[in-house]
Amino acid sequence: MNKIDIDNFSLEYSDGTESLKNINLSIPANAITVIFGPAGGGKSSLLRTINRLNDLADVSRITGRVLLDGVNILDPTIDVISLRRRVGIVFARPVVLPLSIQDNLTYGLRMAGLRNKEQLHTAIERSLNQAALWEEVHDRLDEPANALSGGQQQRLCLARVLALEPEVILLDEPTSGLDPLSTVKVEETLQDLKLQYTIILVPHSIQQGSRVADYTAFFLQGELIEYSEGKTIFTNPKNKRTEDYITGRFG
Amino acid sequence: MKKTQTSAQRYTIQRIGFGLLTITAIATVLPIFLIVYLIVIEGSPAISWEFITGYPSDGMRAGGILPAIIGTVLLTFGTAIFTMPFGIGAAIYLSEYASESRWTRLIRLAIISLAGIPSVVYGLFGLGLFVLFMNFGTSILAGSLTLGVMTLPVVISASEEALRAVPQSFRVVSVSLGATQWQTVRRIVLPEAVPGILTGIILGLERAAGETAPILFTAAAFYLPQLPTSPLDATMALPYHLYVIATQVPGMPTEIQYATALVLLVFVLSMNIIATMIRSRARARRQW
Repeated sequence: MNKIDIDNFSLEYSDGTESLKNINLSIPANAITVIFGPAGGGKSSLLRTINRLNDLADVSRITGRVLLDGVNILDPTIDVISLRRRVGIVFARPVVLPLSIQDNLTYGLRMAGLRNKEQLHTAIERSLNQAALWEEVHDRLDEPANALSGGQQQRLCLARVLALEPEVILLDEPTSGLDPLSTVKVEETLQDLKLQYTIILVPHSIQQGSRVADYTAFFLQGELIEYSEGKTIFTNPKNKRTEDYITGRFG
Repeated sequence: MKKTQTSAQRYTIQRIGFGLLTITAIATVLPIFLIVYLIVIEGSPAISWEFITGYPSDGMRAGGILPAIIGTVLLTFGTAIFTMPFGIGAAIYLSEYASESRWTRLIRLAIISLAGIPSVVYGLFGLGLFVLFMNFGTSILAGSLTLGVMTLPVVISASEEALRAVPQSFRVVSVSLGATQWQTVRRIVLPEAVPGILTGIILGLERAAGETAPILFTAAAFYLPQLPTSPLDATMALPYHLYVIATQVPGMPTEIQYATALVLLVFVLSMNIIATMIRSRARARRQW
């Protein structure tokens, strides 16, 4: 069952920097789809399309369709606010809001109108546990979030998305600023999370991609070069350019 | 080809350069100290409880300046009431909602132009619009509105700058968690920008409190035997009172002039100190 179907999708920014050309890609539910490739290949643009964060950027042209459960989310009439609750995103650099730890976690729920203290607290505990952060912060939830270490902040950002119980989680190099131990923690967490969520991950290294991928797509200069089920793309790439990138001949 | 300089020569040139720069720095600070020194030395002998809390007597040659102090406080408050909602609102519109366009460029051009208009022109504008056309008469209301219009550019520019200083990543994250743009402004951006906005407002009000020309035709009275009781009353005010006793009253004791200037100076400087305190307090409280 595909959660997301990207159908003939193209995108251009007004300043002509990055773009996506004619992307056709299906994202299966309850699996980790890894999107990798060198910088400027359009990976982030694709992620930011799926929850319409590109609305904030200077996009000059969009064509094609992106279907979430069969509904085209590029349709200007869809409710973008509830789309973003269903499709959460974690960025490469952790950005904690200038609030306490718990207010960061409940921000999305509170903005959506949830006031019930018990429900909010349940969400805090559940999401912190899922992001493997509960042990470290449960006794100082009302402290400023930016007092946490970088690794903790990144897991807080993940927990903040999980608190919303989205359907899809977009992860844009979520471990690029983390030490190897925290990275292992996050990767293990992803394995648990995929039972419940659809995950799209832009890995911070080819190795990370090969560790966690259920499905893999290689992007180069705005084009989808190769797609494979499982991790075969890393060991047995069919396309010359994929092979050159994986073996380190460029990028 | 010129002869190459020796090391010693280059050090000498550097010393002269730094020396000249030091002199310019001292030259800019010196007048400030001289002004304060002169006013304190000349004015402080006339400062007394009676001077602060009493009414002028003997054709303003004696007595106190209470009506002028109260008048300036009222005008400053009135200015704040008018300039804050419009100034902050316009700044939020420009920084958060309006995309760069011919329209916003026009607004910004207007704001810059407003800031460059001489204050006496604001006075005439206030006379025409608020005093005569809207029929508020020479009053605190008309004076506050005039000062409010004059202060707007300062408040808008300072507020917009404070809003733009809030990292864009906060906005992106807030929106990505399903907040509306309005919630993002209200919950994240505005609280972050408040200290900067307040500082801007107080600096603007400070200028308004010390202005003479805009209230000359719109609010200020030469002499009033009692305090204003309604916003439609005229009022005495410190800067105008100072102008009057410095130029219009023969046989005026100079220490009363300087004492009046001292009170105005203390009023304006204490606003400055409050602004600094608010900023550092907010910074210490947030820690993030």
